[in-house]
Amino acid sequence: MQELITRIKELLADKTVDRAIGWRAGDLGYNPEPAYFNSVEDMDNFVYDGFCGANLSKMMIEAAKLEGKTLVCLKPCDTYSFNQLIKEHRVDREKTYIIGVGCKGKLDPRKLEELGIRGVTTVKGAELEGDCETLKFDTVYGEKECAYSDLMLERCHVCKGKEHKVFDEVIGESKDTSTGDRFDEVAAIEAMSPEEKFAFFQAELSKCIRCNACRNACPACSCRKCVFDSNKFDSAQKANTVSFEEKMFHIIRAFHVAGRCTDCGECSRVCPQGIPLHLFNRKFIKDINEFYGEYQAGEDTESKAPLTNFTFDDVEPSIVGERG
Amino acid sequence: MLKMPKSNMTALFRLINENQELFVPVKKANQVNFGLWDDEAEVSLETLKTVKSPKDVFFPQSETLYTCVKDGKKISIKPEELASRDFVVFGMKPCDVRAVDVLDRVFLTEPCDSFYKARRDHGTIVSLACGEPSVSCFCKAFGIDCTEPNADAAIWLTEDSLYWKAMTEKGEKLTETVKSLFEDADAADEEKLDAVKETTKAIVEKLPYSNLSLEGWNGDALTEKFNSPVWEELYKPCLACGTCTFVCPTCQCYDIKDYNTGHEIKRYRCWDSCMYSDFTMMAHGNNRTTQLQRFRQRFMHKLVYFPANNDGMYSCVGCGRCVDKCPSSLNIVKVIKAFEKQEGDK
Repeated sequence: MQELITRIKELLADKTVDRAIGWRAGDLGYNPEPAYFNSVEDMDNFVYDGFCGANLSKMMIEAAKLEGKTLVCLKPCDTYSFNQLIKEHRVDREKTYIIGVGCKGKLDPRKLEELGIRGVTTVKGAELEGDCETLKFDTVYGEKECAYSDLMLERCHVCKGKEHKVFDEVIGESKDTSTGDRFDEVAAIEAMSPEEKFAFFQAELSKCIRCNACRNACPACSCRKCVFDSNKFDSAQKANTVSFEEKMFHIIRAFHVAGRCTDCGECSRVCPQGIPLHLFNRKFIKDINEFYGEYQAGEDTESKAPLTNFTFDDVEPSIVGERG
Repeated sequence: MLKMPKSNMTALFRLINENQELFVPVKKANQVNFGLWDDEAEVSLETLKTVKSPKDVFFPQSETLYTCVKDGKKISIKPEELASRDFVVFGMKPCDVRAVDVLDRVFLTEPCDSFYKARRDHGTIVSLACGEPSVSCFCKAFGIDCTEPNADAAIWLTEDSLYWKAMTEKGEKLTETVKSLFEDADAADEEKLDAVKETTKAIVEKLPYSNLSLEGWNGDALTEKFNSPVWEELYKPCLACGTCTFVCPTCQCYDIKDYNTGHEIKRYRCWDSCMYSDFTMMAHGNNRTTQLQRFRQRFMHKLVYFPANNDGMYSCVGCGRCVDKCPSSLNIVKVIKAFEKQEGDK
């Protein structure tokens, strides 16, 4: 982390950049917040550790409107989101200085409770030094311990790899934390009967409180005004009047980001009700791969996206009927 | 005080449910929220904080107020019926019970909200003392003792027993209906329970937010807090989602909307969030236009406007749900601390 801080300070001091976007240390040892750092002095409470899960690429939409250049810290998977935003002309590459920060898997503090770890006052082992094997906690109920990977976000178990897709420089080592195929979960749902599928999604989506955290965190959801925020729309953003609506919200969103979603996993990370929202997007990605050939949104900034490009080999719409 | 073995829990729920609806913390799809009890319900009393607060038992996230039906050229209006059946909320935590006092201030003062009042009149609250508070808890800062529930009836859980004490007339009435499952607790039991309370209190003392200072936050601080430059940096990580407001036990703002079912219009109200871009737009079309203003509104309301209008009562109870759930790790504690730091720097 020290190397990263020193470098950002240098870039701020010599005016290469006017500001930096990174994470500010929280007050509990595991709750850093995304933040702007406008000067070298601001950097005193800069932090980068295992708890810095937030994908900062979307913050560049606003930052790109500011005067001068903005430095942003992006993890390997965040760079896919940034590339996609370039492709959609939502950010300005020229006004961005990207430090690709090393990543060894990001942690989900909400999992602490599931692991029976409550009352954490300090954490050791999330500093990204060495192999990141074990986390040690001081809690008000005594010392606790768990494997680093046990506290990792779901998305990190199906890591896209340690390569940054866009950067000006890279600081820190990365580790591929993948332990499985990201489409396994989707395949398991595909194998369910229609009734089982319905019951599964009904149970998950009926937890939705329409807080819009998934949408607001999503780098692909970058519309200036969302259709669900329009006060001309019958059920703008608020609560669901009938249980059908929460499904509609999530399904419309999944359709809207299809072919653009990089599978960054922010939707599932931020959902207060723990709804595995990434499953919708992954189903679309899996289908796109099968129907149009392998495609990873955000891999580059030039390629044509399968859903906005016509070729004679394209699958016929009737596939939906044939496949059932 | 009464006691029964914990193994009687299901029998207790069944007995309460015989005559009235029963709300308990229920685990569904891996998350615990208050829901209706039935024999299949996976009750989770050991869960410290349900994701949503139990406020929607009295103030549902969405409820129909009336329905307009068109029959030929005639339009008739059917008001929604008020709650008329008794129900019990079992296992509400002391902070969430205090939050009901806050909601009462809003909905029961004139003009009284008849939908809310009907539910309050028919609901009996059984509050469960906290056993293992977490670091995000700061009810102590608001003068709440999480080991001494203050509701219609209070309960405590120890390793093997459930202790029960009626606190109000409603509580007495409920106690009568379940008495068959209980026996009287003796002095030795009370001693045992006191020891459990002491252990919890000692933990509370160790919690990092327990001694959060609210100094300077009151109804008179309006201009000074409102105009502070602290907000300018503070709001920036805010995603403008409504998570904090929707998991909060005291947030009480709502919107009223129409829903066209195709053959009738349902006028419903639903929770609103000051974080949303069209918040208060319905009032005069001149709402808060920046996220800074919306973010500031939430904390000013809880710590300044509400106490100004309610004899100094804050509309935060320190449940810490926002601390646990904010996608950007922002929360009311960070706000209070940021002001403390800035004032210290002066």
